[in-house]
Amino acid sequence: MKFKTFIWFVGPSLFLMVLFIAAPLASVFLGSFRITQPVVQQIEVETCSAGFLAQTCTTELQTVPLIDEETGDIVTTTEWVGFLSYDRVLEPARAWAAITALDYNALMQIDFWSALRFTLMFTLVTLPLVIGVGLAIALAVNSAARSLRGPIIFISLLPFIITPVIGSLSIYWLFVGDGILTRGIEAWLDRDIAMFAQGWTIELLMLFYRVWHVAPFAFVIFYAGLQTVNQDTLESAIIDGASRFDRLRYVVIPHLMPLIIFIALIHLMDAYRVFDEIVGFRAEAHVTSLQYLTFDFLRPDDAGNRAFSRASASSMLTMLGIVVLLIPLLRRTWRDHKGSSH
Amino acid sequence: MSDTPRAMRQPMGLKIGTAAFLAFWCLLAAFPIVWITLMSFKSPVDAFAANPFDVILGPVTRDRGNGLSALDLALGLTVLFFTIRQAFTWLPRKVSAWSPAGQVWAGWIIGVMAYAVGFIFVFFLVLPAILGVLNPILGPLGTPLIGLTTEHYQTIWVERGFYNNFINSLIVTGGTVTISLTVGTLAGYGLARSGSNIAFWLLIMALVFRALPHSVLLAGYLPVFVNSAEILRPWLGENAPTLYGQPLAVIAVLVSINQPFTIWMLRSFFQNIPNELDEAARVDGCTHFQAFRWVIMPVMWPGVITTGLFSFLLAYNDYLITALLLDGSNQTMVPAIAGFFNRETTTTDQVVAVAAAVSIIAPLFVLVMVFQRQIVSGLTAGAVKG
Repeated sequence: MKFKTFIWFVGPSLFLMVLFIAAPLASVFLGSFRITQPVVQQIEVETCSAGFLAQTCTTELQTVPLIDEETGDIVTTTEWVGFLSYDRVLEPARAWAAITALDYNALMQIDFWSALRFTLMFTLVTLPLVIGVGLAIALAVNSAARSLRGPIIFISLLPFIITPVIGSLSIYWLFVGDGILTRGIEAWLDRDIAMFAQGWTIELLMLFYRVWHVAPFAFVIFYAGLQTVNQDTLESAIIDGASRFDRLRYVVIPHLMPLIIFIALIHLMDAYRVFDEIVGFRAEAHVTSLQYLTFDFLRPDDAGNRAFSRASASSMLTMLGIVVLLIPLLRRTWRDHKGSSH
Repeated sequence: MSDTPRAMRQPMGLKIGTAAFLAFWCLLAAFPIVWITLMSFKSPVDAFAANPFDVILGPVTRDRGNGLSALDLALGLTVLFFTIRQAFTWLPRKVSAWSPAGQVWAGWIIGVMAYAVGFIFVFFLVLPAILGVLNPILGPLGTPLIGLTTEHYQTIWVERGFYNNFINSLIVTGGTVTISLTVGTLAGYGLARSGSNIAFWLLIMALVFRALPHSVLLAGYLPVFVNSAEILRPWLGENAPTLYGQPLAVIAVLVSINQPFTIWMLRSFFQNIPNELDEAARVDGCTHFQAFRWVIMPVMWPGVITTGLFSFLLAYNDYLITALLLDGSNQTMVPAIAGFFNRETTTTDQVVAVAAAVSIIAPLFVLVMVFQRQIVSGLTAGAVKG
């Protein structure tokens, strides 16, 4: 294909990606080094209270934003502040003090570090679980009777297609205060349980939810891969006396390896952006993730201002994290690509 | 199963273990969804009852006069069963028989709409009327057995104006899927048929973009979108729009965010179509674009449908982007439900929010039912070789 034709085909998609992904990325990068804030001025205001015979008047200095007389908008200035926003998000001094004092709780008091801890824990714990559960379901369905496979696949797909916020809400409703499962556990253990009163139970539910939500996707991919396992290899393995487990380990798993890498890659990207669960489980008071941190900065506060520069800084840090996590997998993809092309 | 070699057959213990595991998984997968669906049809006392049987049977709801008798259940289930069966046998035959050649898709749209209207008419108007006459006559068969009320659905859809959010969701989702696929198929085809280094690096770039947390991008959009009227004024004059809160702007954002995944997926589908096909078309005098439009696209539908389903899921299910880029007046369903749920405190309001959540799942349910084969075979063809 000629280069010109290629550009005609790819152009629209490329244009959209540059305009809505690359350009915002660049502006976030710049924005993280700048702070825009309203210009303020101090004016003397005299307030007088109504009084008989004599009014009591007080004069005080008030800080008010400067307003442009022509447009009526608040005048703002944008300053280049270097790493100030990063400093405010990371709070290195406080974090270092906590680390040197070996005070874990103090470190977790800083929003960023506690969000980082949860995000990493969430990503790394769910990854093997999703692959394991997905593979187990795929193997089980593959050995089930043909007539049962359709309905089982249908039921299995439900957790995957369900809206994440709604899915986590549906599990939340089972466990919240007087939810049916909480009552069940309470009756069984004969003690009061409040699943949403402390951080770790919420984290447990979020982990459960994510595995429940993504394992079906892994299952469908693995199930598709299992259909293409070479039957001749399997049969020769049987003749050589390989046990069921040996066949799984030396024939099936190596065959599925590219798919396992694929799932790992996709899951790593998605789990690292954990967000919907926090909304669904209303966990923000106890646990937050890196993406939630940025979302929180971007929401207008009581005065209607959004903390853009801090949001930019925290999102750049979030991005740095995903790049670090992806490096091993990207290197492997790169090696495979080079290996396959030679 | 008799043709399976003996060595491949499973021992009894393993069979039982597998079956138990699958049964457990199916229970786990379906339970939360089934349970909130049950809750949404009960009055609050039943929905949050301590005894699971109260939630299933709904005695309080029944005593308030909202219930289904054995006859209701039998007739309702029969109608449902035949509706679903006819949808898969009778409807496709009629659609292909009645629609003009080359416009089967239009036939499907009209056919499905007519079928849905017919079902609603029969199930919600004709059936209750007949049962209203029959139930009092039949005595024990006609007395309510299970409590069931649709009042929460009426509250949410009619009184709270949830249909506005539904329409917004339709606009955003429809727009995203259409544009995403149009732009994506072009790019996917270009990338699949070009062996150049640029194509490879574009794909790697797309992979990195796929990994970006969406909040990173949102931090970039928001200032621009909020101030867009001022930024665009030099070019567009006084009519410059504020992009913040515009469904169109959200569609553009969702399409772009979705592009990396779309082009990766469509590219692997196009790679499965032999190159000789478009070469033959080119020999016959087609340009690249004509070959793409008239020769390749007709055999690409399975791939397009699978990719479209994923675009649909992304746009329909999105919370983060729609919550931040749309204002209250044109919110889509997901942020609206999250909003309902955060605001409301009484148990009635909670059940109303549950009803809203169940309504949002219903279309997804139908989607999987219709396209299940496509999802599985599509992923087999696409992702496995990707």
